[in-house]
Amino acid sequence: MKALDALFKADSTALSLRQKRMEILGSNIANAATPHFKARDIDFEAAYKSAMNTGEITKTSSAHIDVGGTADTADVRYRVPLSPSLDGNTVELHVEQVQFAENATHYEATLNFLNGRISTMRKALRGE
Amino acid sequence: MTNKLTIFDVAGRSMAAQQVRLNTVASNLANAASVSGSPDTVYRPIKPVFETQYHDVMEKTGIATVDVADIYQSDATPEKRYQPNHPLADKDGYIYAPPIDQNAEMVDMLETSRQYQNNIEVLSTAKTLLIKTLNVGK
Repeated sequence: MKALDALFKADSTALSLRQKRMEILGSNIANAATPHFKARDIDFEAAYKSAMNTGEITKTSSAHIDVGGTADTADVRYRVPLSPSLDGNTVELHVEQVQFAENATHYEATLNFLNGRISTMRKALRGE
Repeated sequence: MTNKLTIFDVAGRSMAAQQVRLNTVASNLANAASVSGSPDTVYRPIKPVFETQYHDVMEKTGIATVDVADIYQSDATPEKRYQPNHPLADKDGYIYAPPIDQNAEMVDMLETSRQYQNNIEVLSTAKTLLIKTLNVGK
């Protein structure tokens, strides 16, 4: 099973991070008109690296410092607005829409990679 | 059981809030010409108050939707017009019109409609991706 885990880990980590980011960007878009709302986002590259970096190190005590992280522990930061608005809302719809579209495209790309991996594995199993 | 906010809740509740906002705009525009014989009974424009609802108390996940916390009734002074021939005029010949800025209401309406559309877009993208994820490996 370990081999299969290793095969799918990259894609599953990327998918869950993309899913999480989609929820956050969706929240920003939902709150585009709410006064004092601060737009949030995650740094995908950093979060992905930290989630993939867990390696073979295992924690033997709950007091140990975490090695790497998972999609759930990704840092959610605040977006710096290009031009802050008077009501304290930092959502800039054009920025959010672009990020959302980019994220959705990457999600789909990851799905395609995953499908490719699965079909490769299937071909190998069938000996085609 | 904690009620986890999914992207569908986020966009759905935001759409509901925008719907309330659209209703207040419609109500204000519909009553823009409703004059009255007394400043106390004249229509007062209404505005929704949006409030962010976070998924978690610590606001750690960044997931948040929006609810209408209150509907605020404007206390702007009604417009006083001298029209002694108007059937509703008071004993001094004045009628009172609601303090509604129709242009501002129209701008509000356009913004509401745009944001409603954005939420639909989020919803349909999330739905498409979810269906594609369900079909992985087929």
